[in-house]
Amino acid sequence: MITDMIRITLPQHLRTLAQVGVEVELHVESPVTQRRVLDALEARYPMLRGTIRDHVTQQRRPFLRFFACEEDLSHQSPDAPLPDAVASGAEPLLIIGAIAGG
Amino acid sequence: MSKVRVLVGTRKGAFILTSDGRREQWNVSGPHFAGWEIYHMKGSPVDPDRIYASQTSGWFGQIIQRSDDGGQTWHQPGTPAGQPAAPGPPKSESNKFAYNAAAKPLTTHQWYDGTQHPWEFKRVWHLEPSLIDADAVYAGVEDAAIFQSTDGGQNWQELPGLRGHGTGPNWQPGAGGMCLHTIILDPKNPKRMWIAISAAGAFRTDDGGATWKPINRGLRSQYIPDPNAEIGHCVHHIAMNPSRPGVLFMQKHWDVMRSDNAGDHWVEVSGNLPTDFGFAIDVHAHEPETIYVVPIKSDSEHYVHEGKLRVFRSRTGGNEWEALTKGLPQKDCYVNVLRDAMAVDSLDKCGIYFGTSGGQVYASADAGDTWNPIVRDLPAVLSVEVQTLK
Repeated sequence: MITDMIRITLPQHLRTLAQVGVEVELHVESPVTQRRVLDALEARYPMLRGTIRDHVTQQRRPFLRFFACEEDLSHQSPDAPLPDAVASGAEPLLIIGAIAGG
Repeated sequence: MSKVRVLVGTRKGAFILTSDGRREQWNVSGPHFAGWEIYHMKGSPVDPDRIYASQTSGWFGQIIQRSDDGGQTWHQPGTPAGQPAAPGPPKSESNKFAYNAAAKPLTTHQWYDGTQHPWEFKRVWHLEPSLIDADAVYAGVEDAAIFQSTDGGQNWQELPGLRGHGTGPNWQPGAGGMCLHTIILDPKNPKRMWIAISAAGAFRTDDGGATWKPINRGLRSQYIPDPNAEIGHCVHHIAMNPSRPGVLFMQKHWDVMRSDNAGDHWVEVSGNLPTDFGFAIDVHAHEPETIYVVPIKSDSEHYVHEGKLRVFRSRTGGNEWEALTKGLPQKDCYVNVLRDAMAVDSLDKCGIYFGTSGGQVYASADAGDTWNPIVRDLPAVLSVEVQTLK
């Protein structure tokens, strides 16, 4: 089943790499999970492969976090459903680079 | 008239400096990949407009970039920028560096505290394009291993014989990580190359990368339990004049060394240097006994000695060194010059270039006698390479 458009907000360096604006929109199959969103994102923007999840282990890179609906979803299972507001496109999934370093 | 193109990798992007053969007036292009660490860029000797770049980030991992027009435009090999995804699996594998655990199981290596630590890919430190094929390029990575691409950087395969040499559990990271930072190709023997790892030492292959031999005899390092051990030495950089592939010059953590037998044995040539700690070393393009180093005060004070930025030149293959200071700051200077941040062009007179942690890139168009800054205020310089263009 194809859902509504999912909205994803990328950190600046990944926007530059993918040559996109602050937010990208993607169709994602239901149920909408972190894994499905990232699979769809990497399929549409293959230059982002390896930048959010490790290329080999597929684990979230340690200095990145996933926020949505004022919650930190980083430590949830990648196969857990994302909040309804994200699945419906009402709220974006925020991919955030940790504030560290210079 | 000949031209030169200087490829500068910095902590916050890449810069390309170009000049005609007089090397007096410079055009500066960049930053490319603004905000990203550019560990290294190097052009193909076969096609100088083909340039490979290692773009990396502690947050977002490793990206390989390629230019086919001398650095004017860039793309990730196999993934043209902005191209819609085709059906099927994503194309881009250009930033995938997967150790070949099937051929050589992933082991552990020493960690800073002496415990064992799993091998983990972190970044590409050095890219070495083939001498005969513009689509072939080697990558030296952290944690230490060597990879090869034969399709212009789209796909990478490890040469697992090095990581699986058997001494891996005794390798350990230097302060910058356990990095393979030096790759030297033998122009007279396509099966032979040299690599160096901090802190495992130098290795040589004579069979195209299938098997590797440690070549650290003669190195003496007081900071390891056995100062004369077969491996464990913190080799900082090795340089070679292509006309004399058997003669190698090394800047070790401490000590400047040379080998006249392709690395089988090394002798110290630090001579009258004020300090023999350092990172960068290079060889004059036309005088294979003329070598250059930038002495750094110590491994706990990573800046130049006595507040003076001095390149030291030996015209005798080591031991007898002269300070080159004209045009370089001689007081209140506390910059560092990293291992891949010095290069030479092949014009006559030979040009020497180096970049500093303070963001200056200096050039000498007369083999080191006089220096001028090309730029003074870039981000901290990680690497400098030079292309001499006809």
